[in-house]
Amino acid sequence: MPDPIVVAEGLHKAFGGTRALRGLDLSVPRGTVCGLLGPNGAGKTTAVRILATLSDPDAGRAAVAGYDVVRDARKVRERIGLAGQYAAVDEKLTGRANLRMFGRLHHLPRREARTRADELLDRFGLADAADRRVAGYSGGMRRRLDLITCLLRRPKVLFLDEPTTGLDPRGRAEIWGAVRALVGDGTTVLLTTQYLDEADQLADDIAVIDRGRVIARGTPDELKAAIGDRLDVVLEDPSGLRPAAVVLHGLAGTDPAMTGRDRLSVPLPGGHRLADIVRELDRAGVAAADIRLRRPTLDEVFLRLTAQKESA
Amino acid sequence: MTTATARNVPAAGRALLGDGRDLLSDGLTLIGREIGRLWAEPGQIIAALAFPVVMVVLFGYVFGSAIAVPGGGDYREYLMPGLFAMVVFTSAQGVMTRMAADASRGVMDRFRSMPMARLAVPFGQTGADALVGLPLLAVMVGTGLLVGWRPHRGVALTAAAFLLIVLVRYALSWLGAYLGLVVRDEQLAGQLVPLFLPVTMLSNAFVPTGGMPAWLRLVCDWNPVSAITAAARVLFGNPGVRTAHPAWPLEHPVITVLLWSAGLLIVFAPLAVRAQNRWGK
Ligand SMILES: Nc1ncnc2c1ncn2[C@@H]1O[C@H](COP(=O)(O)OP(=O)(O)O)[C@@H](O)[C@H]1O
Ligand SMILES: [Mg+2]
Repeated sequence: MPDPIVVAEGLHKAFGGTRALRGLDLSVPRGTVCGLLGPNGAGKTTAVRILATLSDPDAGRAAVAGYDVVRDARKVRERIGLAGQYAAVDEKLTGRANLRMFGRLHHLPRREARTRADELLDRFGLADAADRRVAGYSGGMRRRLDLITCLLRRPKVLFLDEPTTGLDPRGRAEIWGAVRALVGDGTTVLLTTQYLDEADQLADDIAVIDRGRVIARGTPDELKAAIGDRLDVVLEDPSGLRPAAVVLHGLAGTDPAMTGRDRLSVPLPGGHRLADIVRELDRAGVAAADIRLRRPTLDEVFLRLTAQKESA
Repeated sequence: MTTATARNVPAAGRALLGDGRDLLSDGLTLIGREIGRLWAEPGQIIAALAFPVVMVVLFGYVFGSAIAVPGGGDYREYLMPGLFAMVVFTSAQGVMTRMAADASRGVMDRFRSMPMARLAVPFGQTGADALVGLPLLAVMVGTGLLVGWRPHRGVALTAAAFLLIVLVRYALSWLGAYLGLVVRDEQLAGQLVPLFLPVTMLSNAFVPTGGMPAWLRLVCDWNPVSAITAAARVLFGNPGVRTAHPAWPLEHPVITVLLWSAGLLIVFAPLAVRAQNRWGK
């Protein structure tokens, strides 16, 4: 991969008997957004904490911006920003006071800490709320402020651990907007998420992680194509089952499953368009009450990927 | 493959201290943060200032009417050193709660992901506590003077008494910092808070220990709160210094308080720093 700015090789980490990471490999090219996608307990937070120097791996190595996260932790810290699973800002202070404090702790000169705080508050739509105490902020505003505190020193790499978990759709959209703006600046972003659509929206590249290991990698389109969609057909009349099954077999290459007395379901490789499917059924004289082409849910992605992994 | 145990020691030292300038400026920034938090909550300042006043009035007049000071003397003269000791001792809970809050809200992680001196965090908290303790002490002294308490042994010994009080408060705040980092949980820390006050009661601060059963008197005599109280009584020249069964700590209260302070700092400052550095590793 050209010029990776985050590299992890064979990371292992155990907490007591729990093996949180079991040989995690990762490599993120400079200037891209990498989505670490995995269910609860997959090891996402553990991986991010190691990369952000908060935790040491039991084995393996990792480097960020060319510096080893264990040996050159301070060099790494000068080049990263970390927004954890919870908004880590001081609730009792105003948004502006928070940013000034963190700016000073990032060793920006006092003037620069001020101007940078004002600039970021403006840019991320918090200027009006800047002099209110954070305790009165909405969840989305808090997470945005949390995100901004990571940007004071213009990090090379930004780690976002489940940046939208617990937010309403509006808060989520706000965070997505902020992340897109950062990518425009050329910041490399590594974000973890449990949601396929979030990875889909934001990431150039997704690493699917399960039980402490990366089990699949690719662009969102590649992953979806590999997993495929699911086609559900509800017939007007059960008598259409047989011709419908023939059409679906032709499309999918496998026999459809009967999911009711008048309905069929089949996994479909990516690349099919709903309009084509409708036309095919029509040509075979099948009257369909409902045809649905579903993106795979995260559960299905996981079931499929882990099943492939285990049978391989 | 490089393993995690191959830690570069000088680099670790630098992370702890930054360079000296980082430690100082980061520590000051964090002290500023605590002051800013206080400003944001004037109600809390008022409550903090009112607490010693309420205590002086409550204990001074409620208990004062029922308790005879051994060797004679005014109860409020006897009480004030005990209240100084109580406020000093309970102040450790503030540092504990704030450290635990930072730890449980991810603020500690954010600090640790930044290129700041890690030692600055406990230094900032304990330093801020010492600063905030000064006006509180002044209010208590004022209230004490109003209800008739006086230091009797001259400027030098009075100053020595206050220095001792400030020192032991600072030493105790490191215990608080360590406890907060160990507890890590804001709610649990909150539940520990009510345990501090009873500890101050198990002492000679409010009532003479002479009438207690022997086992209880032993506990009270060796409670550092008793030593702080006794030292203040000696240095201020307040009544209650002589007891029927003097234990070693109360025979030598000033030395005992100095030893306690040194011991607390020697034990808990490194422990707090270690806990902060290894937090969640
Ligand atoms: N500090 C810890 N102590 C004990 N177990 C932990 C700790 N951190 C994580 N784990 C365990 O490690 C596994 C991975 O956790 P985590 O990295 O938080 O997963 P994710 O962020 O993907 O939900 C889980 O089984 C979790 O319970
Ligand atoms: Mg997590």
